[in-house]
Amino acid sequence: MTMRQNLIAVLSEGEIAEIDAELAHVPIPAGAAIDALKIVQAHRGWISDESLKAIAQHLGMSAAELDGIATFYTLIFRRPVGEKVILLCNSVTCWMKGCDSLQQNISDQLGIGMGETTADNAYTLLPMTCLGACDKAPVLMIGDDLHEDVDPQSVAQLFQPGAEEQ
Amino acid sequence: MSLDRPLTRNVRADRSPTDMAAYEANGGYQGLHAAMGKMAPADCLKTIQDSNLRGRGGAGFPTGMKWSFVPMDDPADAPGSNKHKYLICNADEMEPGTFKDRLLLECDPHQLIEGMILAAYTIGADVAYIFIRAEYVVATALLRKAIADCHAKGYLGTNILGTDFSLEMHVHPSAGRYICGEETALISALEGKRANPRAKPPFPQVSGLWGRPTIVNNVETLCNIHHIIERGPQWFQDLGLTSDAGTKMYGVSGRVKNPGCWELPIGTPIREILEDYAGGMEDGYKMRGFLPGGGSTDFLVEEHLDLAMDYDTIGKAGSRMGTGTMIILDDRTCPVGFVKNLVEFFSRESCGFCTPCRDGLPWSAQVLDDIECGRGLPEDMDTLARQVTFIGAMGNTHCALAPGAMEPLASGLKYFRDDFERHITEGSCHFHKEVHS
Repeated sequence: MTMRQNLIAVLSEGEIAEIDAELAHVPIPAGAAIDALKIVQAHRGWISDESLKAIAQHLGMSAAELDGIATFYTLIFRRPVGEKVILLCNSVTCWMKGCDSLQQNISDQLGIGMGETTADNAYTLLPMTCLGACDKAPVLMIGDDLHEDVDPQSVAQLFQPGAEEQ
Repeated sequence: MSLDRPLTRNVRADRSPTDMAAYEANGGYQGLHAAMGKMAPADCLKTIQDSNLRGRGGAGFPTGMKWSFVPMDDPADAPGSNKHKYLICNADEMEPGTFKDRLLLECDPHQLIEGMILAAYTIGADVAYIFIRAEYVVATALLRKAIADCHAKGYLGTNILGTDFSLEMHVHPSAGRYICGEETALISALEGKRANPRAKPPFPQVSGLWGRPTIVNNVETLCNIHHIIERGPQWFQDLGLTSDAGTKMYGVSGRVKNPGCWELPIGTPIREILEDYAGGMEDGYKMRGFLPGGGSTDFLVEEHLDLAMDYDTIGKAGSRMGTGTMIILDDRTCPVGFVKNLVEFFSRESCGFCTPCRDGLPWSAQVLDDIECGRGLPEDMDTLARQVTFIGAMGNTHCALAPGAMEPLASGLKYFRDDFERHITEGSCHFHKEVHS
């Protein structure tokens, strides 16, 4: 197989097209490294070793160098995550307002600790730096949605089926 | 329109976003119309310099002076040369306790974009980026829509309002990490690399993104620009209550009755912000101290409440105004736990480049954890003091992250020393039961 066929065996034509569009904005291909990781992650949920190698090959950099970049950033996932990632703010104001009890209650409800994913693959729980909503502490994000003034006692309701549509 | 609260004049009580039509109906893009073709970039620069606007991201560096370092007379920079100059808006708001830029981004995205167009015009930038933290999902969508609307109006793109000035603007969501808010680390991230800060000089104004002249400004700083261009430097200076100019987004979080974020004249007394706007302490809580401007500023205490909240006054009191968003330490929260939370945060967010930060901050965090959990030894107090001296000294580290981490620790040891020592002598935390109640 040619190099491109090799690549397409791992990345989709759509992913490659999106990465190539980013390449137009940078003077060297490696400049699009983070964008490329985010594109593939948007399609697949995470960056597998195979994806990493294929992206590195496409950008003309070593897989080790790209992995150094991928593992630097907290929102690039090198392990599979659930359909929704819970980002629990544990910076100082949320800590004063009870984020530790919040974490305990989420863990009890979902049966996962920090960094773990539920058995049904619905949620992954991660700690997050100050989410910039300290006047509404404690806060967390579930997927793209910010939840403010979260009550440690009722937080479990956020994870009931259909809770976010209410 | 409110002239004394320019930044928040379009902010509605329900925080719904101001779109292009509403923005223009309230006088928006008048600054752009006023400048394009009528003011030379040098005129705009002089206006900003004369206004005494200082960077609102935390360091307080004079904005006009920063812009003045961008080379303007290099023939290689002429339009059509294919050599870019860059303007970057730092919307990577991650400083613990800081929630002011979110408000400006979500409620009035066009105010930022108008300021950015004028800033880019002033420094001769032809490409602009808004580097925004990925968690600001709502703001990212609003900014993208606002940029598209600006293209439709001829405010962005080629030959803006019939001039020879052209500007492309991109929204670039981050991939995470607090250090990306440091301007040279942000540039590394935009180049697709690990976000390690860079040694200065060369300064980004001369050699920044891709080795080209680059200005990085905070959201709130850029939101001020079009108001100053439109109304002049004297109007802006008159807004401030002290020697500093303009208004400031102030915030209060912690156990106060009404936590929030308000635009007030710069130099408003701390007591007024805490009592009149934040409503004073919650019933049953007393204030023991506060960080005036985010997690990397030194504690101030009761005796400082009547100080003016401006750069120089807070600096003289031994802290920094920082982002202007205060975090209140109350009497039922453990000061050791409070400082431990902050140092653990900074330790986690170290980029790992230099040793005092990479190895020193986890050590500090470990000592604080030992004390908080009742394993502390008397000599730990000396260890912490040595860490403050070594890690906290500018020049020992590659950037300001680790010295920033030492600010709440150094001042915590100064103002709450009895609490640290009591943890060690009692072998436990005397707040423990109250902390999470």
